[in-house]
Amino acid sequence: MRLAILDHGHALGTKALFTIIRAISRQRIPEVVKLVMYRPEFFGTHMKVLTHEAMRGPSAWSVGDRELMAAFVSKANQCEFCIKAHTAVSAEVYRDGAKVAAALSDLETADVDAALRAILRMLDKLTREHTLNVEDMRALLTAGVSREQIEDALAVCFAFNTMNRLADAFQFFVPDPKTFEAGAKFLLMRGYR
Amino acid sequence: MVDIRQTREALIKAVLEGEGKASPADRRAAFDNAGLVEPLKSLIDKVVKQAHKITDADFAASRASGFSENQIFEIVVCGAIGQAARQHDAALAALDAATKKE
Repeated sequence: MRLAILDHGHALGTKALFTIIRAISRQRIPEVVKLVMYRPEFFGTHMKVLTHEAMRGPSAWSVGDRELMAAFVSKANQCEFCIKAHTAVSAEVYRDGAKVAAALSDLETADVDAALRAILRMLDKLTREHTLNVEDMRALLTAGVSREQIEDALAVCFAFNTMNRLADAFQFFVPDPKTFEAGAKFLLMRGYR
Repeated sequence: MVDIRQTREALIKAVLEGEGKASPADRRAAFDNAGLVEPLKSLIDKVVKQAHKITDADFAASRASGFSENQIFEIVVCGAIGQAARQHDAALAALDAATKKE
């Protein structure tokens, strides 16, 4: 981490909690956890609630779809930590790692639902070009994606356009694949709160 | 459908107006990516446009200018949320325009 306060500046109670978690899990504390637990009233508390609602709240998109959207936005932002983290969650919930890998590798030929393909295309453009126009939205609506589905996908996009930037700015440590698999199981069980 | 409107508003209010070490003016300027002076200007421009290219030197330059770690933390968070919010708002405006009744 580029800021020592994010490694060592937490409140005493949080430091004690981290010590217990490290002892039980025999793993380092994920840096995303260190970020949201640092002065949580400034950023982390609201961000956790927002991300949980976007990723686990009521939606026509499945949890696997939304995790794939998170991985897709992260890929457009070239954020290694978040790509690996949310690829792992999406693969776990779909129970189909090949599908997720194919969608991230070549969306146009991947075996994904037409509405999901259209929404991922939109998220990719918004994230790379930082804006969209009315024609982009008309194309989605014509493809049969509802206004509610678009808004739900944009909520995922907001959360990850924030977190991708912070993961890279603060330089989150990127662990090995097994750690991401364990993290995926935790996020499926507990969510983002 | 999911609803992040209130939480998004609370998040933005917390980082711009909540208790902090950076001045409200610097936090607002980072959020808007407008009106900052070097070296924060370059750091936040990278947060907004190419965060994956940020280096230790970008942070070192801000420290060397006298900014504390807490101030840099707050300013970077504001820059990231500001850009995510602009993109979100642009997309919602396009969606509104596309669904507006003639």
